[in-house]
Amino acid sequence: MSVGGVQAGGAGGVVRPPSEGREPLVSIRELKVHFDLGGGTVFDKLVGGAGVRRVVKAVDGVSLDIYPGETLGLVGESGCGKSTLGRALLRLTEPTSGQVLFRGRDLARLSKREMRGQRRHLQMIFQDPYASLNPRMTVAQIIGEPLDTFQLGGRGREREGRVSELMRTVGLSPRFLRRYPHEFSGGQRQRIGIARALAADPDFVVADEPISALDVSIQAQIMNLMEKLQRERDLTYLFISHDLRAVRHVSDRVAVMYLGKLVELADAKVIYRDPLMPYTKALISAVPVPDPATEAARRRIVLQGDVPSPINPPAGCRFHTRCPWAIEKCKEVVPPLAEIKPNHFAACIRISPEEPDIEKVAPGDAPGLRSTGRVIAQ
Amino acid sequence: MFYYFPFTIHQTMSHDGNLLSIKDLRTYFETEDGTVRAVDGISFDLKRGETLGIVGESGSGKSVTNLSVIRLIPSPPGRIVSGEVLFHGQDILSLPEDEVRKIRGKRISMIFQDPMTSLNPFMRISKQLMEITQLHLGHTKEQAYEHAVKMLETVGIPEARARVDAYPHEFSGGMRQRVMIAMALSCEPELLIADEPTTALDVTIQAQILELIKDLKEQTGTSVILITHDLGVVAGMTDDIIVMYAGKVFEQAPTRELFERPGNPYTKGLLKSVPDPAHEEGTELYQIPGLPPDVAHLPVDQCPFAERCYRAEDICRREFPPFVQLNAEHFSLCHFAEEVYNESLAARGGAAVGGQDPGGVNIQGGAGR
Repeated sequence: MSVGGVQAGGAGGVVRPPSEGREPLVSIRELKVHFDLGGGTVFDKLVGGAGVRRVVKAVDGVSLDIYPGETLGLVGESGCGKSTLGRALLRLTEPTSGQVLFRGRDLARLSKREMRGQRRHLQMIFQDPYASLNPRMTVAQIIGEPLDTFQLGGRGREREGRVSELMRTVGLSPRFLRRYPHEFSGGQRQRIGIARALAADPDFVVADEPISALDVSIQAQIMNLMEKLQRERDLTYLFISHDLRAVRHVSDRVAVMYLGKLVELADAKVIYRDPLMPYTKALISAVPVPDPATEAARRRIVLQGDVPSPINPPAGCRFHTRCPWAIEKCKEVVPPLAEIKPNHFAACIRISPEEPDIEKVAPGDAPGLRSTGRVIAQ
Repeated sequence: MFYYFPFTIHQTMSHDGNLLSIKDLRTYFETEDGTVRAVDGISFDLKRGETLGIVGESGSGKSVTNLSVIRLIPSPPGRIVSGEVLFHGQDILSLPEDEVRKIRGKRISMIFQDPMTSLNPFMRISKQLMEITQLHLGHTKEQAYEHAVKMLETVGIPEARARVDAYPHEFSGGMRQRVMIAMALSCEPELLIADEPTTALDVTIQAQILELIKDLKEQTGTSVILITHDLGVVAGMTDDIIVMYAGKVFEQAPTRELFERPGNPYTKGLLKSVPDPAHEEGTELYQIPGLPPDVAHLPVDQCPFAERCYRAEDICRREFPPFVQLNAEHFSLCHFAEEVYNESLAARGGAAVGGQDPGGVNIQGGAGR
């Protein structure tokens, strides 16, 4: 199977990203975000409460490089930790451990004050265009606020000029400067949110479900706008969404997350054509395609059951409770994110570079355990 | 009541094979902004055992249409201004309320988008399921309880007997939607209306629920109306599709025909604006310019889509478009329906109808960003 023209390289040890030779803009290393829910003390046991300490491992050891100018799609179902990961990068949620390197500086270790200085380079677009804009502020105030915070905007006419320009950039008429968010439609509000994110002229934008709350015809408008802005302003995106069709469309590479861990990482087109890890396979086969002929012909992997709770998630491979291919070993071994094909990483012990197709692996066999290929630690 | 007729008579009366037949339905809402014509002259038929998809964006009137069918329009502010909803040939709109109640939940049932708000959080699942069959089928408590367990098993809830007495909050979103489906199917309805049944669910759970609806439909022969904004969902589920916009039916066709040979610029735009992973290769998405219509201020005497349409000409802003029949089962509300349809045919390599030249309108151009 073709892997998007990338040569199979035998050079051991070094992971070669698609943008070889370029330094990553953002490097995430072993990032963990845990939420402690309490429980597990002697007192809890006495009163019949939780016998074990309950910890939500929302993000549990994620390592990932994001390269300048690319759009990295992050997909997964609700509760998989994708939004928490996005927020932790910007320290809107404090990481429990690990590193977030932005141009070589570890954001996780900066003081609040230093972080504020960095934030103009890292901005966020939120899902809900109704909840993420202050209803008592005018559009001019909303978009202008980052200009004031980072002292970029000047005063009076100059500042208004910059705000007007930002509005035009996102396709809004500057005539609406003095209007309030409730006077706009959902799509227009999302444009305001994008203009606000762009105001500080960032390098890296985390877009958390930016189109999920919008109508179909408006989704296309916002996706096109984001792509246009990326070209014009050399932006790097982390595009978080549960909508695999949208992610496939806007992303260069896609990372799939399940219960706090990355389970697959590859070129966007490749991951769609040739998903390797069983969860990704199921996820992609579950997406309804707007084409009756394809729908009639396709074979769908329908997973049994729900996503388990991220509170004390399953041991071993977290997907083993729902995986049609799981074996006993999967309950014990945490699979590393291993390079199965060049630049195509997947976390599954039942596949290996030699035997990448799980359907062809002998029953009960786990070739991934024998493999010595390159891995991203989990 | 005076108008009481046993349904069995009317079942034999409807000889056209239509389970449901809606004729020129108009549902308006009186608001501070003026009259909202949420549904404005809708007509369609649904045959027994068929699945009809109703597609549209927010404000298109797709949900109001179906609330009108089961007479659940809050009044005031809403009112069904005119039209007929013939169920087995019997007009539901002219039935007295207690007759409607005998149909609703028994012979026509509904599943809504958000299973949490449609279930009573203070009532055990068992109780909520039992109510239905006790009311409609005259079950005793014991019968109703057994039936509730059986229904939960039917919709694939593991350990149904152990979980039937749980409260809704103890179930996950997907499980709650299964409970809703169990409730809807309790009395083996002849028509199931599913309003965005999977929109609040994750994709892998969505796949489970859609499979379930498909299986149950095959087993019971229930007709289904599936309301959704997701063209992908209807593509694999339905026999026919209606595309709604601004309270009107913009296009109506068998599913395959609609996807392969759309005859309306709005449908065409909608289809092109959805990323299709199976076909596209890194192209910019087509975008329908402008905003969804403001239904409180719809222009009269013009096409409501004209301002956003790539094909619009002066006539579209002067005259309301005709509902053009393109072939036996395919209709489109457009001044240029035949031309648009012929373009679609030409793109598919089919034969043109109507003798018009398939014009060189390039939809990819994306008018007016």
